[in-house]
Amino acid sequence: MPTTTITTNQVAHIAQLANLTLSDAEQGQFAHSFTDILAVIETLKKLDTEGVEPTHQVTNLENVLREDVVDETNQFTQTQALANATQTHNGYFVVERILHNE
Amino acid sequence: MQRRPTMDTLLSKEFYTMSNANNLLDNSIAILSQLLRTKQCSAVELLTEATANIDKHDASINSFITVQAKGHLMTMAQESDKRRTTDSSPLEGLPYSVKDSYVTDGLTTTAASNVLKDFIPPYTATAIKKINTQGAVLVGKNNQDAWGHGGSTENTDFGPTHNPWNTSHTAGGSSGGTAAAIAARMAVFGIGEDTGGSIRNPASFCNLSGLKVTYGRVSRYGTIAYASSLDTVGPLAKSVEDLAFVLHALAGRDTLDGSSAHEAVPNYTEQLSSSLKGKVIGLPKEFFSDVLDSEVKAIISRAIVTFEQLGATCVDVSIPLLEQAIPIYYLLALSETSSNLARYDGVRFGTDRSHFTPETKRRIMLGTYALSAGYADELYKKAQTARTQLITEYATALEQCDVLLGPVTPGPAPKLGELINDPVQNMLADLFTVASNVVGVPSLAIPAGFSSTQLPIGIQLTGKKFAEPLLLNFGHQFQSVTDWHTKKPELLGGKL
Repeated sequence: MPTTTITTNQVAHIAQLANLTLSDAEQGQFAHSFTDILAVIETLKKLDTEGVEPTHQVTNLENVLREDVVDETNQFTQTQALANATQTHNGYFVVERILHNE
Repeated sequence: MQRRPTMDTLLSKEFYTMSNANNLLDNSIAILSQLLRTKQCSAVELLTEATANIDKHDASINSFITVQAKGHLMTMAQESDKRRTTDSSPLEGLPYSVKDSYVTDGLTTTAASNVLKDFIPPYTATAIKKINTQGAVLVGKNNQDAWGHGGSTENTDFGPTHNPWNTSHTAGGSSGGTAAAIAARMAVFGIGEDTGGSIRNPASFCNLSGLKVTYGRVSRYGTIAYASSLDTVGPLAKSVEDLAFVLHALAGRDTLDGSSAHEAVPNYTEQLSSSLKGKVIGLPKEFFSDVLDSEVKAIISRAIVTFEQLGATCVDVSIPLLEQAIPIYYLLALSETSSNLARYDGVRFGTDRSHFTPETKRRIMLGTYALSAGYADELYKKAQTARTQLITEYATALEQCDVLLGPVTPGPAPKLGELINDPVQNMLADLFTVASNVVGVPSLAIPAGFSSTQLPIGIQLTGKKFAEPLLLNFGHQFQSVTDWHTKKPELLGGKL
């Protein structure tokens, strides 16, 4: 079975999807190690799994629900919720602008 | 002066004193609890010994990221001494430590990553709350591979943890700091987290007992997620009997974790003394492949003889898909971690995403790749269907026996730098541990000998879901006729 070779361009694309910034050197290193790791991982492709249902989790539990009521013993104050934020404004988190529609 | 209990313990009929005990913290939880109840020692004395060992050895071991302030610790120990009655929990007053992957109210929690280096959580994980409620004293937060990403506690922004048995070797990982701290007598027991071997691997490398529980047995509420369908919370300690006491406090349903199990919590100490007569050990032939170090093989063979002398019999079984456990595990774990770590955007807490280590970036990106359009079906979904097949193979094997026996790792603790610089070897080192997480079954690692280089080597027992009492029974019986678990590092005056 031919093994997949990952190019630096693909690494750059994956990094973008994952919201990670990589240096040029990192892109090269990752392309190399991705190719090596995929050579091991892709051995799975030869396994016959025809007609087998996927397992998403192993608890045997389904639709674990609770009453839709506020649990006042388990909630943060606004001060607590904001305590670790890098930037706040009038009791809100500050995020970078993503829409630039002037 | 060595202290000995003067009356029968209420907790265990078979308590023992560690063979080369010369410190209070060499003793088991049953003995310490008895010494505390009979006022032959105090929580203050235990804490003083633990912090003295931290002061003396942690500069070379680097097992802690955060140690609580001494004044605060002393107050907690004094309060424990005042509070204690003869009915107190066996954990009352015992110093313990936790992997830094559990949020602790008001106490810095990093997951060993610079992304969270200044993160002070506003709440406490259920597991830690439960242990604190028993009166145990949380000494501090341990070093680990960042986010659980590794098996050597080298993928950390806080410097690697060194193995107390030989400081040029790793302590294993990802719960390596917790294992090293217990081995170096800086804590009586610890709480780790196991996604693919992260409790069992460092337990094995540091001569400890470590339990990966059935998925859902212990609440994950407040643990920093690596891979949500594989993550489990569990104890590390010097003996299996100790594990039973800690598990008893940890286990149980938590309404704050929807995936936590509804099954009743048994008394984990009750079955420890049961005979192994008539019990059957399965030996999966795939556990004894060529990658296994010959010294590890010899140690398992010797352990088999011990179990047979205890009355168990052995049968050969087979788990043909074991060789695919690494690809299945990696695809699922990395896909899940790419999703879990997407929340670190530097807005509500933590820094921006440029602070992830190269190993963590690699894992996030491999997961992103496996989930991306065009690959999700042939990689992620393939791994999920193979997971179903592996579960079936384990069920078949466990119908033919009570427990499976095998290695924990292919060899003893590698030298620092050996694995972290080789991503493929780093991945393959998890071969014998990852399957239990994929399948969801419990696995126990216990000390079983030493390499010619005087490094500890453990063995692994795996059972059906919720078979923790049986695994602990096997482990305790083994430890009642062997003394590997009583050995301690030369650093602390121990001799092999």
